[in-house]
Amino acid sequence: MMGAAIEAVDRAAYADWLQRVGDNALILGHRVSEWCGHGPALEEDIALSNVALDLIGQCQLWLGLAAEVEGKGRSADDLAFLRDAGAFRNVLLVERPNGDFAQTLMRQFLFDAFHIELLRALGKSTDLRVAEIAAKAEKEVAYHLERSADLVIRLGDGSAESHARMEKALKSLWAYTGEMFLDDATDQALAEAGIAPLPSSLKSAWDETVTAVLAEATLAHPGQSWQHKGGKQGIHSEHLGFLLAEMQFLQRAYPGASW
Amino acid sequence: MAAAIQPGTDQVWDWLSQVPDPEIPVISLTDLGIIRDVAWADDTLVVTVTPTYSGCPATGIINLDIETALRGHGIDKLRLERQLSPAWTTDWITEGGREKLRAYGISPPIDGTAADGRLAGRIARLAESSNLTIACPRCNSTQTEKLSQFGSTPCKASYRCKDCLEPFDYFKCI
Repeated sequence: MMGAAIEAVDRAAYADWLQRVGDNALILGHRVSEWCGHGPALEEDIALSNVALDLIGQCQLWLGLAAEVEGKGRSADDLAFLRDAGAFRNVLLVERPNGDFAQTLMRQFLFDAFHIELLRALGKSTDLRVAEIAAKAEKEVAYHLERSADLVIRLGDGSAESHARMEKALKSLWAYTGEMFLDDATDQALAEAGIAPLPSSLKSAWDETVTAVLAEATLAHPGQSWQHKGGKQGIHSEHLGFLLAEMQFLQRAYPGASW
Repeated sequence: MAAAIQPGTDQVWDWLSQVPDPEIPVISLTDLGIIRDVAWADDTLVVTVTPTYSGCPATGIINLDIETALRGHGIDKLRLERQLSPAWTTDWITEGGREKLRAYGISPPIDGTAADGRLAGRIARLAESSNLTIACPRCNSTQTEKLSQFGSTPCKASYRCKDCLEPFDYFKCI
């Protein structure tokens, strides 16, 4: 199962990269789950919870593999519930607070459009374990993207109020999109082994989707601007700490609790 | 000695065809197409199961139900194996399963219509009424509309019939 190129990748770097993929799904999944019981309409409430469920299911697979590659006897649950903020490797975009429905949807769309390209490329990974998880997740994320793009268009090209809210959401989130496409040494090592694509190689396909959807949604494309970064290296905004405080509370207060 | 009392795999498949899906109990696990293999490894029965959706909470219950059912039939040594690849597809839902879904009020999947996430060519149609033609499982009308891409479970979408006015679930193609 493990080819020579995969063996050559530093184990710690590989586990770190798997946590990037898994943490994006975990943190966005948790964020979206915060809507459960608060959605603006029953159908949307259910849809949001289902998207959260898919993402958390995917995160279990990715973090399970991260734990296996790391080889220190930790489990996916240990990684999710017992790491502190500095050990999380998700991009800053997914930890942005939910805000209003517009902000939640725009964040989802900007991430989904990246996520689908990443998973599609990972489906060709030289590590079969990665390719298998990606192939499964891609089918689910295709539905996430169709839903989020559809709603961005409907609300962008909707009432004056919904348009204004979508525009505001786009402006506030745009500076967090660039980080998804930055390459660092870990990305380089994984790309050389054929395990994962360089994040920068996904940018043009993402641009194409985003430009087309924003145009149809009558939302002005924000263009080039200064971008935040650091999440992939563990430098997070204060929002992640609050999220973890809620998500990890049970395991921190009652270690090993299960049901 | 153990070999003498080993039930054949056909028998095991038959037992599994009587285990209902915990979410949609009118169809069985074999109707759903998630049992990928049944085989004996020496004296241990190995059942290979593939999950439907990554986060489907029924997955754990399904494993429990398989164990309970097979132990009830006298299988002591049992191992469940998870198989991710090839990923589960609604194409594997049997013809019988599709009929049972329809009779239960869930419109069965239309093969070949899964979302693929390739939006560029059809963005303009996304926000318009680009629904698939899904027949109402109650009155067979094709005058139906999609309410939400996600219904009561991740595997279903919510629809409404414009003729009989009833809401219904459509089992999404994946």
